[in-house]
Amino acid sequence: MNELVIHTDLARAILTGFIRSEITRVGYQRAVIGLSGGVDSALSCYLAAEALGPENVLAVRMPYQSSSPDSLQHAQWVIDALGVQSLTVPITEMVDPLFERFPTISPTRRGNVMARARMIILYDQSEEFQGLVVGTGNKTEILLGYSTLFGDSACALNPLGDLYKTQVRQLARAMGVAEAIVAKPPSADLWVGQTDEGELGFTYDDVDRLLYLLVDQRYSPEECVEAGFAEKFVSVVAHKVKRNHFKRIMPPIAKLSNRTIGYDFLYLRDWGT
Amino acid sequence: MKTMKLKLGLAQINTRLGDVQANLEKHFDFIEQARGQGADLLIFPELSLTGYVLQDLATTVAHRPEPDDPVFAQLLKASQEIDLVVGFVEEDRRRRFYIAAAYLAQGEVKHVHHKVYLPTYGLFDEGRFFAWGDSVQAFDTRFGRLGMLICEDFWHASPPYLLWLDGAEMLLFTSASPGRGVNEQPQLESARWVEHINRAYASLFTTFVVHSNRVGYEDGLNFWGGSTVFDPNGELLAKAPYQHEALTVCEVDLNQLHRTRARLPLLRDERTTLVLREMERIMGNVRSTVR
Repeated sequence: MNELVIHTDLARAILTGFIRSEITRVGYQRAVIGLSGGVDSALSCYLAAEALGPENVLAVRMPYQSSSPDSLQHAQWVIDALGVQSLTVPITEMVDPLFERFPTISPTRRGNVMARARMIILYDQSEEFQGLVVGTGNKTEILLGYSTLFGDSACALNPLGDLYKTQVRQLARAMGVAEAIVAKPPSADLWVGQTDEGELGFTYDDVDRLLYLLVDQRYSPEECVEAGFAEKFVSVVAHKVKRNHFKRIMPPIAKLSNRTIGYDFLYLRDWGT
Repeated sequence: MKTMKLKLGLAQINTRLGDVQANLEKHFDFIEQARGQGADLLIFPELSLTGYVLQDLATTVAHRPEPDDPVFAQLLKASQEIDLVVGFVEEDRRRRFYIAAAYLAQGEVKHVHHKVYLPTYGLFDEGRFFAWGDSVQAFDTRFGRLGMLICEDFWHASPPYLLWLDGAEMLLFTSASPGRGVNEQPQLESARWVEHINRAYASLFTTFVVHSNRVGYEDGLNFWGGSTVFDPNGELLAKAPYQHEALTVCEVDLNQLHRTRARLPLLRDERTTLVLREMERIMGNVRSTVR
């Protein structure tokens, strides 16, 4: 039995209900999604279109000059299949002046700048379209910290954050996302030839099974090794999970008073709704 | 034997977090619908007047189940026409806050139950915000003797057992159960678990088990609904949909208790003195290892 298999109808019902509830309860009807052409944003877009109606979803394509033409094409497939509203805003003119100012800028810095430029566009469209930004980060990348803080991780709500990458693929297939999108090697597409698995050094299939044991089943690293995972792989992944925890929480506030936000001023975001 | 039928209503509602007035209005909507369908007793879920993840809101949404409380005054008036179970935060005279359920009938508060098990683990943090109830008692109504429990109370076997011994012929369970455990099954793990144990209680105690669960979302938590009624044979009599608000009306034949218990005298044969003796031995002799 593969523990990562999910009942897709059940997940779909809960996630579309979540999107509808969390957007409408604060007085909105619409969603804005950055559509990269990858499976995560495709699935978020399918879920949002089902939850809100395609006319209430704005899919934004934000290519850089080096972005793969396939990415743009795959994003267009999603837009056409769903009939959502769409917009293309290239980021080249936004980010190149900064890159020119720092000629030795590293690929990591360039990637972060691009991710944050896209965040600016999405939040600007959020105001213009009067829709909330729906996130696309999955559980695997959130746990590994494989995202840019205040960049691609920025959103108003995240329907995919409790689905591992392999579960995202499963639900995407069930909802009818094109197989070429689901099956292609995942990539942040921040530079030519970049792939997630190349950069991370392991496959999503392997790391999802390991994270499932470490996180969901509360195995110790030693128990994961006993279960058949290579010691080095387990230690690298466990370290990444710990090292990147700062990306998963709000910045800590230094406590001075008797009542401090985050410690003893505790309300859900849905307070009063 | 005279026919004794009771029309139950399960008010599977969504709530607005911390907005008692809005939730009260929804209660009246459901009360009106339930009366329209001839229901005798309408059961709202846990914390139906307040919403569930209250955190620091807990102390600001509390009410007292008394005629001079503005919320309960209206609910008591409505209970002239239909018996009600409502969920709320109670602030007692000594300013302690409880997760509570009140049974209202003929304009009176017939019984109040304070949740005795406050889950404070995993995603739950009730023990941080609420006081622990300290009593499990059945009570008499015009439909016979009933018992009420709230969510985690019936994840433990002892409260339903105590109500059974105290004469409850129908167990009214209320909850705001966050859905969790999506796997290859068509149901949430949490939903399957609750349905299993509710069927088991009905069968083991040869009693009616009625469960009213809420729906909706609070931040990322979903509440799954699926409210149920099981008869003393453990048979499912009614089930509300998952995830969606619904009023489910179900007529139960209270004489089923007679028929089931004639066939299966588990209550008659229950060795309560033996239980008590063994409990005393366990608690007395091995206090150092068993709590």
